[in-house]
Amino acid sequence: MNIFLKVAAFSLVMVAGFWGFASFGIPQIKPAPPPVEEKVDLGAMTMDQFIALGGKIFNGKGTCTLCHNKMGRAPMLSDIGKNAPLRLKDPRYKGTAKTIEEYIFESMTKPSMYVVAGFGKSGTNDTESPMPDVTGGGIGLNPVEVKAVIAYLQDAGGAEVTVEIPAMPKAGAEAPKAEEAAPLKTAQEVIAKFGCGACHKVAGQTGEIGPNLTKIGATKNKDYIRQSILDPDAVIAKGYPAGMMPKTFGEQMKAKELEMLVDYLAGSK
Amino acid sequence: MNPRVAVWLVAQLHLWLGAFVVAVPMFVFIIETIGMMTRDERYDNMAYEFIKVSITAYSLTAIMGGLLSFCLVLFYPDLFKYLALIFKESMFAYALLFFAESAVLYIYYYGWHWLQGGNRKWVHLTFGLLLNAFGITLMLLANSWTTFMMSPAAVDAAGVFNGNTWEAIHNFLWNPINIHRVVANVAYGGSIVGAYAGFKFLSAKNKEERAHYDWVGYNANFIAIAALLPLPFAGYYLTAELYAYSQQMGITLMGGVFAWIFIIQAVLIGALFLSANYYLWCGMGRSDGASRYNGRIKFIAIVLVAAFLVWFTPHTLVLTNSELKSLGGPYHKYLGVFGIMPAKNTAVNFLLTFTFMSFMFYRRANKVATVSWATTGNAIQIALFTMGLINIVTLGVYYGYFTNTVYKVAASIPQVLTTLTIIIVSTVIDTLMYKGAKDVAPLHWGRMPARSQYALFLLAVSFTWLMGLMGYVRSGIRQHWHVSNIFRDASPDAYTPTLGYAANVITVGTIIFMAMVIFVFWLSTISGKHVVAKGYWKEQA
Repeated sequence: MNIFLKVAAFSLVMVAGFWGFASFGIPQIKPAPPPVEEKVDLGAMTMDQFIALGGKIFNGKGTCTLCHNKMGRAPMLSDIGKNAPLRLKDPRYKGTAKTIEEYIFESMTKPSMYVVAGFGKSGTNDTESPMPDVTGGGIGLNPVEVKAVIAYLQDAGGAEVTVEIPAMPKAGAEAPKAEEAAPLKTAQEVIAKFGCGACHKVAGQTGEIGPNLTKIGATKNKDYIRQSILDPDAVIAKGYPAGMMPKTFGEQMKAKELEMLVDYLAGSK
Repeated sequence: MNPRVAVWLVAQLHLWLGAFVVAVPMFVFIIETIGMMTRDERYDNMAYEFIKVSITAYSLTAIMGGLLSFCLVLFYPDLFKYLALIFKESMFAYALLFFAESAVLYIYYYGWHWLQGGNRKWVHLTFGLLLNAFGITLMLLANSWTTFMMSPAAVDAAGVFNGNTWEAIHNFLWNPINIHRVVANVAYGGSIVGAYAGFKFLSAKNKEERAHYDWVGYNANFIAIAALLPLPFAGYYLTAELYAYSQQMGITLMGGVFAWIFIIQAVLIGALFLSANYYLWCGMGRSDGASRYNGRIKFIAIVLVAAFLVWFTPHTLVLTNSELKSLGGPYHKYLGVFGIMPAKNTAVNFLLTFTFMSFMFYRRANKVATVSWATTGNAIQIALFTMGLINIVTLGVYYGYFTNTVYKVAASIPQVLTTLTIIIVSTVIDTLMYKGAKDVAPLHWGRMPARSQYALFLLAVSFTWLMGLMGYVRSGIRQHWHVSNIFRDASPDAYTPTLGYAANVITVGTIIFMAMVIFVFWLSTISGKHVVAKGYWKEQA
């Protein structure tokens, strides 16, 4: 028993040592909270403010400075005004941009269209960029934020700022924004948000343009329903024309929302 | 109970136990095979003892696995459903494999003394092989679910699964994690049974028992060191692949909020290497010929500590404005050069090379080479070590300080190859040179100071805490995503906790795990006890 107590005490002291070092021996950095949508009033914004917003996103939510810094992980962008026209003429350029603004936009969304020599993924001979699409899930910049960053880069990179501040949406319309921070909670909320009831009879709504979905689960399985939401023209219900339903739900819905909707419809018998 | 902490603790306990029970059959199989080949029964007994002490850990692993599934279903039902939809086939296969593994385990353990000798031993070994095959496959399947959450495959940007199960399993980080976990599990399993042997050694009632557990402890430490040597390379490969998958994720890991993790990691790995080496040095006391090497040990100790300190040196210091001013920047004028990765890679390769050197001295301690070319062989080995170490330093200095950032890590692969060359070539030379060598004197198993056994406990404790820490960072680099960039964590716990908070969870987990392991070991001890209760039972006519 004596030995057991000695060994236990020794082990606990060691564990306490590790705990103490991790808790008090090194700086406690509080990681940044998950990124949230910038709330901006575009109507009242000057170009300087819009550029400043771009700078804030460049240094914050965009996570651009993780790589575009003096450590040499990605090209510096301070001369983008001078470099962009040269790159557009480079035989290695694969994109379709014609202007600096388009080039920056393309570099942010399709970074492999032109990879600066020495900065490609290893083994790809500078044909593939390690940079992600900034509008994709990991960074998720919305169109306004992308434009703000382009304005900032044009300004900071010695180019003329050609970006126009996007107009505020008309009264009553929803402001442009990226995905909500939290997915919707119920299938009914999904149906309401994406306006399914405008065309379909579903969840108490009485649309008549598309097929009645109140008993869709009795005849169709989940795979069929999922496909019909993501690729509506893959199979067209009898008596309804093709091309009527938007094909963008796959990009707009969150995975959880899609699965909730599929489950709800499959259960409607 | 906070859902995140519940899932975190239970998953970590499941992983610790799982790592232990996947590892033990691996080296039990090897030890049993050695016993069969050499017909030395001591190996067979030791292999049986290892499987015996781990047997109840299998049930605990399964209980923790079940509890983890409950926690996920209760606290994160949408995530669980999403993953279950994608992995339903492999989850079903997992359950079937689990049955198969349990059946084989029971036959392997309970049939140990029944399946002895001749063909029966071969049958028993086949069960051992099957046990390993099932156990490792189970781990690979579970790894695929975890790595899918880090590097999802066969899904579109909206998270809709559009591939087959194999594509989801064979995601980008699956194999790097598999390799890292298999190697780490062996080292971890070795350290846990080493702690068991250490405890039994300290509580031994007689000389024979003491000698036996000294020998068991030596073998367990050998297993731990043998797997510890390639472990940094497996870790490096995993990190390189992580960068290749997502530079953003890589930088979050190494250059972002988690950067300080690696300073703690350095302390823990330093503790691992120093305790493993210390145990070896103490072990030289078993041999009367070891005094020839005693003088050199202090130099190895100096190099190990120096290498540890280089690894321990942070790159960017977090400073107040006044400190920043007096220091003249975020990096220390002299120590800053040790903060970068090439310096740390150089230090790690030194740690490995000198640990190997400790082991070589230990092996040679009681022997005198009798081959005619012994002097030449020694000279070749000295040249090999000298040139190798010079190469490691040159590569580290050149790539570290004379190239730009992108190429700084390019030194690591040639450095690793140099270390491996030293280890492999030197082992070959040593094996040939000490073939038929004379023993200086009989080895005195059991002639070990009690303090040496505490090195074994430190090894096990450091390993456990280190695994907890690296579990936190592996999971944490997904940041606010359940499945990277696909399935966002919308709960209030979506933020990344601070290191201090993580340290609390890891420490509580380590203590619970240690209590479980003590319980498992205690069960194996009482199973062999038999109390005669005189006068309790009715006399039979």
